[in-house]
Amino acid sequence: MELRSNAPTGPIEKRWDQHRFDMKLVNPANKRKFEVIMVGTGLAGAAGAASLADLGYNVKAFCYQDSPRRAHSIAAQGGINGAKNYQGDGDSIHRLFYDTVKGGDFRARESNVYRLAQVSVDIIDQCVALGVPFAREYGGLLANRSFGGAQVSRTFYARGQTGQQLLLGAYSALERTIAGGKVKMNTRCEMVDVIVSEGRAVGIVTRDLVTGKIESHLADAVVLATGGYGNVFYLSTNAKGCNATAAWRAHKRGALFANPCFTQIHPTCIPQGGDYQSKLTLMSESLRNDGRVWVPRKHDDVTKDPRTLSEKDRYYYLEEKYPAFGNLMPRDIASRQAKFVCDEGLGVGPEINGVRRGVYLDFADAIKRDGKQTIAEKYGNLFEMYERITGEDPYQVPMRIYPAIHYTMGGLWVDYNLMSTIDGLFVGGEANFSDHGANRLGASALMQGLADGYFVLPYTVGNYLATKGKSKVTESDAIVKQTVDETKARFQRLIDVGQKGHQTVDSFHRKLGTYIWDHCGMERKADGLKKALAEIPKLREEFHADVKITGSGEGLNRELEKAQRVADFFELGELMCRDALERDESAGCHFRTEHQTNGECVRDDERYAHVAAWEWKGKDVAAREGNQVRHVEPLSFEYVKLTQRSYK
Amino acid sequence: MNENIDLKLHVWRQNGPSDGGRFEDYTGYAKNISTHASFLEFLDVVNDRLILDGKEAIAFDHDCREGICGSCGVVINGQPHGPQRATTTCQLHMRKFQTGAEIWVEPFRARAFPVVKDLAVDRSGFDRIVQAGGFITARAGSAPDANEIPVPKTVADKSMDAAACIGCGACVAACPNASASLFTSAKVAHLGLLPQGQAERMKRAISMVGQHEKEGFGACSNHYECEAACPKQVSVEFIARMNRDHLKAQLTYVESAGKDGGAG
Ligand SMILES: Cc1cc2nc3c(=O)[nH]c(=O)nc-3n(C[C@H](O)[C@H](O)[C@H](O)COP(=O)(O)OP(=O)(O)OC[C@H]3O[C@@H](n4cnc5c(N)ncnc54)[C@H](O)[C@@H]3O)c2cc1C
Ligand code: FES
Repeated sequence: MELRSNAPTGPIEKRWDQHRFDMKLVNPANKRKFEVIMVGTGLAGAAGAASLADLGYNVKAFCYQDSPRRAHSIAAQGGINGAKNYQGDGDSIHRLFYDTVKGGDFRARESNVYRLAQVSVDIIDQCVALGVPFAREYGGLLANRSFGGAQVSRTFYARGQTGQQLLLGAYSALERTIAGGKVKMNTRCEMVDVIVSEGRAVGIVTRDLVTGKIESHLADAVVLATGGYGNVFYLSTNAKGCNATAAWRAHKRGALFANPCFTQIHPTCIPQGGDYQSKLTLMSESLRNDGRVWVPRKHDDVTKDPRTLSEKDRYYYLEEKYPAFGNLMPRDIASRQAKFVCDEGLGVGPEINGVRRGVYLDFADAIKRDGKQTIAEKYGNLFEMYERITGEDPYQVPMRIYPAIHYTMGGLWVDYNLMSTIDGLFVGGEANFSDHGANRLGASALMQGLADGYFVLPYTVGNYLATKGKSKVTESDAIVKQTVDETKARFQRLIDVGQKGHQTVDSFHRKLGTYIWDHCGMERKADGLKKALAEIPKLREEFHADVKITGSGEGLNRELEKAQRVADFFELGELMCRDALERDESAGCHFRTEHQTNGECVRDDERYAHVAAWEWKGKDVAAREGNQVRHVEPLSFEYVKLTQRSYK
Repeated sequence: MNENIDLKLHVWRQNGPSDGGRFEDYTGYAKNISTHASFLEFLDVVNDRLILDGKEAIAFDHDCREGICGSCGVVINGQPHGPQRATTTCQLHMRKFQTGAEIWVEPFRARAFPVVKDLAVDRSGFDRIVQAGGFITARAGSAPDANEIPVPKTVADKSMDAAACIGCGACVAACPNASASLFTSAKVAHLGLLPQGQAERMKRAISMVGQHEKEGFGACSNHYECEAACPKQVSVEFIARMNRDHLKAQLTYVESAGKDGGAG
């Protein structure tokens, strides 16, 4: 299969403008004749649904929460990038473009990234117009900060609640269009399959989470904005309901899944406290500006009160190994080094499954230097949050931190128009693979979600509808009933097994997560990946034979919801391992221990300067050898020169 | 440092809005609970045990478990979100309880919040209040440059204080009148304080207050239980502000004769 990016050529600054000009328009009077389905109403989906509705299309939107205001986007803390250059510190669209391509370790498409940087400017305008209360300077103009190691201050923020405020902005626009009758919102309603007729996406199958009813919805185009798949790891910083089902179901109906092994780990999360743990909480990376990371030098000291250990018994491993950058090493390297010292038995905190997974982040020196007051002003709210969760006071005892999965760069393959390999199936936000390559820069996910929703999809979906016209499929078509029946059968199988099974859904999910974390997490190597590829299918079979689910399919049943999501995570998890195994290089967050110089990635641009996109070939069997075929979309770099990064 | 406690647990079970509902005693399932677990992780452990015993899990809403999405929220021993100030249910930890403690868990109760199942309630009334006017009409692509209108820092900060509301509904559950005035006023103030929000300010106050009433939320009679229960400590001063806007709007606002889309 040839993967056509449909990216325009010519000077990169002109590509999006030219493309917009070349696209077909739908006559204003005809727009109301088209139906668009929007699955997911986080930043990408809410912005997209409202914008399509404002253009005149009829939109049916779906989310699994009880209100669109609760999408996972709400949890983002840090900020959103925009190449406004309000600080006059040398930022520009080109610099944001350059930083994003380089930060992604040259595994993203230049045309897409350039467009993202271009519309970043409009996003900030749009959000302010909607009433997002961004931080301001005393003069009343917008404040910025530098984020994630960027050399310019281009990040806009609203206290530590940027995602919340951006989402509430998009949500308010969505609610306005609901009131105007152009969007029909379905909350507590989960998409569980996509209906594809003769290669074209013509609708979806949903399960009403309150009544359990499984039914079809038809439309002329379908957009997925269903977020990332970080919860495949079980413990992650994602919300509990985040899932891969929508994307995975689309994959099984013909949409290629790109770069599934590109997942990002965040170094400063609160470590796991016990085996009951349900999720991990992220703390802002800014803590590393003043905290010093260390572990005890001796195994015997790991359970001692850290305050009693003398300077020479402390191992400041980042400062020792990387004197130039020290505690401010990039996310991926800081994360791997933490894992490394814990694997050696030097980790601190509670022992879980024989290992202590935590390192100290110590503010004692900073407090001595700057005073408690200054540190409290900078980090007071984070310290409070830490204390609420752990019961320990970081002003007194060093914090404990550990890396956790945070973001997924991989996702459904899309072309420049954000259309997947299924005609009429578009994908926006974290659910697609498009802009971040092998590593996402801080404050760029919010930007991408809103770029897709406010500024890209409204044009490209319109172009598709203008070109293709209305879908002719009706409820009485065989394909509709067949897809609904297959879904019902899938749920019935889970219910039937569930009545006889012995192990809870969560217990399986935890085990799967452990395999993925151990072998396809911060560090991957061929034999570990092979081991995971041998074990995961066994666990999956056990799941389908012995999972315990109480309650019925009619009505609200959280166990059943979780079970069908976990069933999909099993298949996706296996594909992640395969993808990681086949990508025999290190790039960005994909760190193959075989390919490194002193802990840093060594890319192989000869063989892997491409996107890997997997096609599902199997029927109802798993993602095993032969059932999925790897296709490639070669990447070329005309504007940013391929270089290796170095922090020594 | 990791201590385990036993609790006397009573949980409200209700199979949908038409069922009467009752407390079930789950003390047998609430033993040996880590004090480091969050309250929802405690309910997870109880649920695991119920399931393995062949019983249906307790239904409750939750998602982020970081105190920001507003999904979670139950009444614990009579207090919405439990005993810790400024803390959502998901951020409450079991170290706040002693071994042997009695815990009664029930849903947020209000006429306008019908029970969906067990501890989960229907808060869609909040969305409809926002639909009535909790927005600034600005289509994508129509916005002027973001720095065109300076907003004094104090104004932006105050607006952000109001915008911090997570829409959980604890204010309604805490209010003797089941009023959603704190929720509604926070949105009215967030937008009404900003220069961008002036054009629709009067219309917004009228429509949102009107919808609040239509949904069956009670009126505010200044008990201020809402502020005490609010996990984000949104201030009741916004209610006074909303009332002023509403009064003024009633006296001055005239609906424009021209029809356009949007709500109202
Ligand atoms: C703790 C944390 C902090 C972060 N901080 C930052 C930051 O500071 N800056 C930054 O740029 N990025 C940050 N990110 C990343 C960023 O928040 C996300 O990538 C982004 O918000 C995703 O937006 P989205 O619209 O694609 O998806 P989401 O917001 O996840 O929305 C997904 C939507 O899809 C719906 N959905 C999912 N599955 C289904 C289904 N099967 N059926 C129906 N509906 C479904 C959900 O209900 C929801 O409405 C952070 C992420 C985390 C976890
Ligand atoms: S689960 Fe999101 S606020 Fe508690």
